[in-house]
Amino acid sequence: MSDRAIRARGALGSWSAVMLVALVAVAVVGSLTIDGVASPRFWRFVTLEAIPIALIALPMTLIVITGEIDLSVASVLGLTCTVVGQLWVWGVSSLPALIAISLLMGAVLGAVNGLFVTGFGLPSLAVTIGTLALYRGLAYVVLGDRAVANYPVAWTTSAIKPLPGTTIPWVILVVAALAVIFAVVLHATPIGRGLYAMGNNAEAARFAGVNVRQAKFWLFVASGAMSALAGVFWTLRFASARADNGTGLELAVVAAVLLGGVSIFGGRGALLGVLASVCLLGVLRNALQLAYVPENTLTVITGSLLIASVVGPNVVGMLRERLRRRRSNAPTVSPSS
Amino acid sequence: MPPLLTLDGLSKSFGAVAALQDVRLELFGGEAHALVGENGAGKSTLVKILAGVYPPDAGTITLDGQPLSLSGPADARSAGIAVIYQEPTLFPDLSVAENIFIGRQPLRSLRRIDLAKMRARAAELFARLGVRLDPDRPARGLSIADQQLVEIAKAISLEARVLVMDEPTAALSGVEVERLFAVTRALRDAGAAVLFISHRFDEVFALCQRITVMRDGRRVSTGVTQSLTVDAVVRQMVGREVSAMFDKQPAAIGEPRLEVRGLTRHGVFADIGFTVHSGEIVALAGLVGAGRSEVIRAIFGIDRRDAGEVLVDGAALPNADTAAAIKAGIALVPEDRRQQGLVMELSVERNATLPRRWALTRAGLLFPGAESRAAATWAQRLQVKAARLTDPVATLSGGNQQKVVLAKWLATAPRVLIVDEPTRGIDVGTKAEVHRLLSTLAADGVAVLMVSSELPEVLGMADRVLVMHEGRLTADIPRARAGEEAVMLAATGQAAAA
Amino acid sequence: MMTVDAPPVRPQTRGARLARRAFLVRELGIALALGLLVAVTFAVNPRFLSAQNIKDLLLGSTILAILAVGQAIVVITRNVDLSVGSILGLSAFATGALFVAAPGTPIAVMLLAGVALGAVLGAVNGGLIATAKVPALVVTLGTLYVFRGLDYMWATGRQINAADMPPGFLRMGTDTVLGMPVLALFAAAVLIAVGYYLRHYRGGRELYAIGSDPAAARLSGIPAGRRVFAAFVASGALAGLAGVLHAARFGTIDANAGLGSELNVVAAVVVGGVAIFGGSGSVYGAALGAVLLTTIRAALPVLGISPFWQGAAVGALILAAIGLDRALSARVARSLRERNVTHV
Repeated sequence: MSDRAIRARGALGSWSAVMLVALVAVAVVGSLTIDGVASPRFWRFVTLEAIPIALIALPMTLIVITGEIDLSVASVLGLTCTVVGQLWVWGVSSLPALIAISLLMGAVLGAVNGLFVTGFGLPSLAVTIGTLALYRGLAYVVLGDRAVANYPVAWTTSAIKPLPGTTIPWVILVVAALAVIFAVVLHATPIGRGLYAMGNNAEAARFAGVNVRQAKFWLFVASGAMSALAGVFWTLRFASARADNGTGLELAVVAAVLLGGVSIFGGRGALLGVLASVCLLGVLRNALQLAYVPENTLTVITGSLLIASVVGPNVVGMLRERLRRRRSNAPTVSPSS
Repeated sequence: MPPLLTLDGLSKSFGAVAALQDVRLELFGGEAHALVGENGAGKSTLVKILAGVYPPDAGTITLDGQPLSLSGPADARSAGIAVIYQEPTLFPDLSVAENIFIGRQPLRSLRRIDLAKMRARAAELFARLGVRLDPDRPARGLSIADQQLVEIAKAISLEARVLVMDEPTAALSGVEVERLFAVTRALRDAGAAVLFISHRFDEVFALCQRITVMRDGRRVSTGVTQSLTVDAVVRQMVGREVSAMFDKQPAAIGEPRLEVRGLTRHGVFADIGFTVHSGEIVALAGLVGAGRSEVIRAIFGIDRRDAGEVLVDGAALPNADTAAAIKAGIALVPEDRRQQGLVMELSVERNATLPRRWALTRAGLLFPGAESRAAATWAQRLQVKAARLTDPVATLSGGNQQKVVLAKWLATAPRVLIVDEPTRGIDVGTKAEVHRLLSTLAADGVAVLMVSSELPEVLGMADRVLVMHEGRLTADIPRARAGEEAVMLAATGQAAAA
Repeated sequence: MMTVDAPPVRPQTRGARLARRAFLVRELGIALALGLLVAVTFAVNPRFLSAQNIKDLLLGSTILAILAVGQAIVVITRNVDLSVGSILGLSAFATGALFVAAPGTPIAVMLLAGVALGAVLGAVNGGLIATAKVPALVVTLGTLYVFRGLDYMWATGRQINAADMPPGFLRMGTDTVLGMPVLALFAAAVLIAVGYYLRHYRGGRELYAIGSDPAAARLSGIPAGRRVFAAFVASGALAGLAGVLHAARFGTIDANAGLGSELNVVAAVVVGGVAIFGGSGSVYGAALGAVLLTTIRAALPVLGISPFWQGAAVGALILAAIGLDRALSARVARSLRERNVTHV
């Protein structure tokens, strides 16, 4: 991002704060004007929808801050769904075992990305477009066009069971715990300092003893594992494993991360902003649905928000710069000219 | 004779900082004119205005008596102003010929590019410059010196009447500098005006007829070279008397600290072996491209070594592991401050604490204030001039940036300090401070390994001079016998037999 | 005149030859892989090269190839256009809607209308990127949603069928001239025109310069903003053209035309040897990449491999292509460095 945009974003106050304010505003205005937004059921849906996106957005935020990107996440999710389904068909009937296998597989898939990016020095955008196709392809190899849906009710309800006394699914606690871990790593540990440094200037980071390759490799591993976890949740929540589960979700996640204030060029952004933007998009989508605004309008709004989030600060910065120049020029332009 | 180019009342500010204030400069055809000043004096801003990159806030530019308004680099070029930047600006994927003619390629029918003609004209330019470069090869992989030559070919092809050179020799060896000067003199004698910006006074005095000194965004003086001395110019640059440059303190040479044995990186350098003792300053001299920076990169673990070993206080370092090298007590102040030394977008304090961020943790976490406190101590000790330590380090002047780099490494309490061109591109005042600092560190028992292309610095500071030539160590000269001639002979490979 | 001593100039050094060869190797490599794939498939089942099947292959590649040419223009400038699938969708639906509203519209007008619509949408991308100076990935990810959303809003669930379009137009989607499908001729014309422009015109070379080093481009006085804007307009216009051809080929259009094709297009470009960080590669390579991806899809069933392996094969191919490309350019770079000491 240009210097100007960086400064402009600084001037707008912390972008995370902007996102939080927007989230609260949308929630309040929605509750007051749209029937049903205030209901507990609404928040249950918002949470269920936000959980997989949030799970994937956590590692994605860190990856984008290092200047890389992982577009294969939705395919890892899809592949995990099919593997969980196939294993169930084959008679693996222990949920913890399925979760463990999924996490391991996700980590391996992420390690493949990491190996191509850090081992061979290839651009992650190209590599993960490749593995996006590869992993989704493998999902079709596993299940073809079949769907596996006959899971035990105990499993499917376990994923969406509400916290006692609320309608919010308990899984949100898992997401919250993971979010805290990721936030602490990013914002309050030497590892996080290294991530910001390499995102701004990988060469200088290496000269300061930051192991750039190692950090990026493990981030891709984490991204794979978290996507697999999202895949398990997806399978159980919808009680259905299909090869096309979560198709296109990668762009939704990237959109949320970018709207959350993370610079696509790396080195800038905060986890709070990303979580706020994930929630903002979820609340907005569901609230407008309740208001009978058609789905396609939501698509337009998502896209516009994303564009506005980068164009807005830039334009504000430009205008401010111009204003400042005009002011500072005023006395130096002598009347003799 | 009226001046070819006149700048009058030129001012430019960035935010609250006035980079240029009311600067006046006249350039005559057939003149080489030096522009000198400390870093932050406003030279680069002036260059960028002449290049059309920045519009001035106030002031006029007159070329041949006609007022000139530059709204972009293209305007400057078509007015006949060519700029050669400190770092060449070539397109690595395009051919050398295309790099020279980009945007002005010779055309044939239907406005198509005449590839054959373009190639021939590039070849002709290189012949005139006396260099052997294939016009068809891509610019990727060219040495800095060759890139600089392509830039010069571009300037000549523009038939530039005003040639601005911003520290063009910073990365060149002696032979290459000579060639560059030959070309520049020829251009000058053909009637062009040359504006030459350099930190190297020998070059300034050898090439230029007049010298303009700038300080703090203002012109201090313009004088004829013959009537000036280096001392006088330096005094005007810094605005005060400069104390002795190389104030080397005596230090007791102790135990071996850094031992390098048989260090090899295929195709880059081979069989490098030397020892640096506690209290000793060892200079690693040689021409640019001799492999000096590459050797220290391998010592520090930035690059993998193919053979050999590196020991600190007798303990061997793992291969290609910078974190381990830092832990063992090595610190490296790299050559390229902007690309390697600092993360320009991060704050002063984050930069200053980056190498020892692990040491500042409690229970694995960095608590608020830990970094600021650590950074403040060192910023104060080295007198870093920064408005706030939370400002991006990019907002500091070059000399202060170098101090941040030094602070960042001194804070790790290194036992071995490696400095690569520690005073390149920083002002005279800070230079002396850096030299004093190195000397003090050595006196405290640190082993200092210094790569430098500036012979006075090498001879003034080093207890021992190691010389490299084409990837090999060709000489190890003790201070008593180290002289300009001995070092240059070894650096050019002529003393290898001796 | 100034002349320093002038040693003879050797116009051909090894480095340059190798670099030129690398350019060839890239395109040749893809062509070779394509040839190999076709040969093996043909050996297994000679019907793979029947006139009908070749025609189907070419038809199948056409739209992806046109999109890939447009994408390559943008990628060469170190940008990316993720909105092409949505532009195609809008243009395809607009084609149908225009035929419904004005059944007599001549085909040429229809093609122009599609191109113009695409160019306008591309101008939106380019305008935001060039004037507001924001990253292309973010902007075009945004317009991917916006354009698709507009498409949905316009279509409101409707579908336009072959019966709504003139037979002449639909025939264009299947007709052949001298054995070549008309649609493939469109793609070939686009490819040759763009390829020639990029190689032989200042504007084309400047696109490479911008992608090679954006900062240097600015210092060299290249109007980078204008050129990047033009690249996005071109990419949009080609996606618009692809939308009209999509309508002609499939005859049935709903708001989902081209959905999710953006990453496929980028994949074709990458397989075709265009560096994702700009500055190198060619539109010929990108088009070959598109043909290769399409052929793999067609060849797998013939080879008796389950069609469910398609995606995996494409993914593996992408990884192999970028891996080989890296290995190749590393070798070229090494040889260029060795040849470095050329001046006397």
